Amino acid sequence: MAKSTLLTRRKFLIAGGLVGGGLAVAYAFGGNDVPDRAPYASTAGTNEFTLNAWVKISSNGNISVAISQAEMGQGIHTALCMLVAEELEVDVAGITPEQAPIDAVYANFTIIQDSLPFGDGHHRGEETAGAWAMKKVGALLGIQATGGSTSVRNFWLPMQQAGATARQMLIQAAADRWSVPASECYAKAGKIIHDSSDNSASYGELAQAASKLDIPEEVSLKQPSERRVIGYSQQRIDIPAKVTGEAEFGVDVSLPDMVYAAVKICPTFGGTVKHWDESKIGNMPGVLKAVKLENAVAVVANSFWRAKQAVEQLPVTFDDTINSSLSTDGIFNEFEEQLKLDDGRSYAEEGDAKSVLSNSGASKSTATYKVPFLAHACMEPMNCTAIVTDTSVEVWTPNQSNTLISWIAQEIAEVDAENVSVHNTYLGGGFGRKVETDCVSMTLNFAKAFKGRPVKLIWTRENDMQHDMYRPAALAKFEATLDSQGRVQAWHNKVASPSISRAFVQRMLPFAGADMPDNTTVEGAADIPYEFPHKLMEHFPTPVQVPIGYWRSVGHSYNAFFTECFMDELAAKAEIDPIEFRRLHLSDSKDFLAVLNRLEKESNWKEPAADGHFRGIALHESFGSIVGQVVEISVSPDKEITLHKVTCVIDCGEVLNLMV
Amino acid sequence: MLTLNINGKEIQIDAEEDTPLLWVLRDNLDLTGTKFGCGIAACGACTVHVDGTAMRSCSVPISMVAESKITTIEGLTGTVGNAVQRAWIEEQVPQCGYCQPGMIMAVSALLKETPSPTDEDIDDAITNICRCGTYPRIRKAIHRAVKLETEA
Repeated sequence: MAKSTLLTRRKFLIAGGLVGGGLAVAYAFGGNDVPDRAPYASTAGTNEFTLNAWVKISSNGNISVAISQAEMGQGIHTALCMLVAEELEVDVAGITPEQAPIDAVYANFTIIQDSLPFGDGHHRGEETAGAWAMKKVGALLGIQATGGSTSVRNFWLPMQQAGATARQMLIQAAADRWSVPASECYAKAGKIIHDSSDNSASYGELAQAASKLDIPEEVSLKQPSERRVIGYSQQRIDIPAKVTGEAEFGVDVSLPDMVYAAVKICPTFGGTVKHWDESKIGNMPGVLKAVKLENAVAVVANSFWRAKQAVEQLPVTFDDTINSSLSTDGIFNEFEEQLKLDDGRSYAEEGDAKSVLSNSGASKSTATYKVPFLAHACMEPMNCTAIVTDTSVEVWTPNQSNTLISWIAQEIAEVDAENVSVHNTYLGGGFGRKVETDCVSMTLNFAKAFKGRPVKLIWTRENDMQHDMYRPAALAKFEATLDSQGRVQAWHNKVASPSISRAFVQRMLPFAGADMPDNTTVEGAADIPYEFPHKLMEHFPTPVQVPIGYWRSVGHSYNAFFTECFMDELAAKAEIDPIEFRRLHLSDSKDFLAVLNRLEKESNWKEPAADGHFRGIALHESFGSIVGQVVEISVSPDKEITLHKVTCVIDCGEVLNLMV
Repeated sequence: MLTLNINGKEIQIDAEEDTPLLWVLRDNLDLTGTKFGCGIAACGACTVHVDGTAMRSCSVPISMVAESKITTIEGLTGTVGNAVQRAWIEEQVPQCGYCQPGMIMAVSALLKETPSPTDEDIDDAITNICRCGTYPRIRKAIHRAVKLETEA
């Protein structure tokens, strides 16, 4: 058994200041306060006993585990239960996942670390004291959130510790009961056993006594060789309900006396409602009321279809002058203009790329890439159900951050945190869209007009596509020179795009919208593994009037495309095989080389492709996983592309569930 | 008032005749396994069986199906349906799961018509959208469902 000291909040802050970066930081940040069981205890029913912030056991042996993370298809409910099951010596099937209450003990420090603009090492050009303060604020706020591939990274250790402390407390309770040394007792299949006295007791029998013990400050975790859950295949616990239609998504929430809202939103970003005429829909079946917001009008009716029919008939005019001249061309022209300025923020700098390139003359390689705005397009359109009374708010919504929803609810309904309850459901896709609170805020405003009655707002697919917080458009320019062996001598990458974290933070905390470094926007460009003697990566923050947000893999979604395409351009110019060309620039990167070598083998790269087929390769690291892919395509005479085969190699570190 | 036959039961419906079947299932009858995805019959999340044929209920007014037998995911029974659901668990198909009831309804209708479909048959018949990209596992699960059904 390996000793594991539980990190307290204070230790976390100190560790956060001292530890260098990468995995060590992630684990230090993951050290949530296991000992604080009060918030979970507040949810305990009769005969349920709370052992720590994550584990509750009833007198009949039911084990509940507090789940702070949203299940949107990534299998996180199963993953978190596996970690507890491993240490608690029970089957995953014997655990009931339960939504965690909103409390700082369940905060996701890794997402704050990764997202907010203070940097964990790959921003090198700027003072990060303000950034350090942001981190501190983030920790104090204690935001519960799911995103950025952080759930397992953040909660692996705390969940394992939660299982281990619960086990240790059950053992102590049994040892006390039998007056034997705790060291002679062990846990197996939901029981504590003492062989020499031939005693055994179930967890249910011991739960009450165990819950009265102090939570140990040190616990022993199982050695990897003793594991029987972590690293094995575990069927996902959410799947059976998802094949019968019983799984409840936000859009399925149904409450007695519920009314339905459909909404018409100003088609121009930032526009407002100018004029509307409710009298025109008053006679339509089931219509109860129209409610106006600054940028939208809703109709509330006794069914969604009736509300939708009515809102479509409702005469509304908008004041859309504010962004009426906004265009894709205009935005890309602005990016071009920004890139001409000499004031980019440097995120990676080695040697003196600028002067090497300016002395290189005609031998320089250049390239320009651009990507468009993208909608999240979750299969489950945005929706929310809420009841507002004079003293309380209850919200049901598929979401990636209960904490943010609680804040919005407190503000709109003017009630205190303790009078807000937020129920998360399964998410029919999240992708970063469901960390936003725009649909929730609309619903709360409509519910205020129907106090005491549940109001369910569903956005149509049209609402959803037209009013997203989009993946930003971006424009990248590259310059590079090669030495006589075909190696990159100097690399200069400039990217113009809006800052994603800035946009998000401004929406949540309008006073905190300063222009600060933002890793999420440059991830995948600033932190590429290739060794170049002269390297410069600069970002040119260019605000746009299109709402933008975190979108599936965030900055990596475009930076991987930019950097790997330019690597291919350079390989072609150097007349070196694209895999060999990457290898030339990875002499110090064993992990990347391992992925590349395996990819070369698995894709039969050295064998010629079939006649008329073409192959391309890309290698990229994001969120702690290195992925390499070889794609084989053919192109018809009328330029239609057929995808024949993708070979994928991933090094994701330690695997928790082999089946996912 | 229209009467619909849903999952073997005759049910009186208080809704306008042009109301799409999807919204009657979800809001009037609380059969929420049938999902709303696009409203224009493009994604297939709302697929149900109408007299055994897969149909996208968001674009079917109830007046059109008053004489038909309607089956939703909640009423899916029989060897084909059960084999598909079992195969879906064994192959661990769903991720977010939102499209899967519609997917399972589309697949069970296909297997009744084409008991042992080729990959090409599957590509032609199953045009439902899965945003998580579970298509490779869907294809494997369909082949597994065929095996489970023949073994049953």
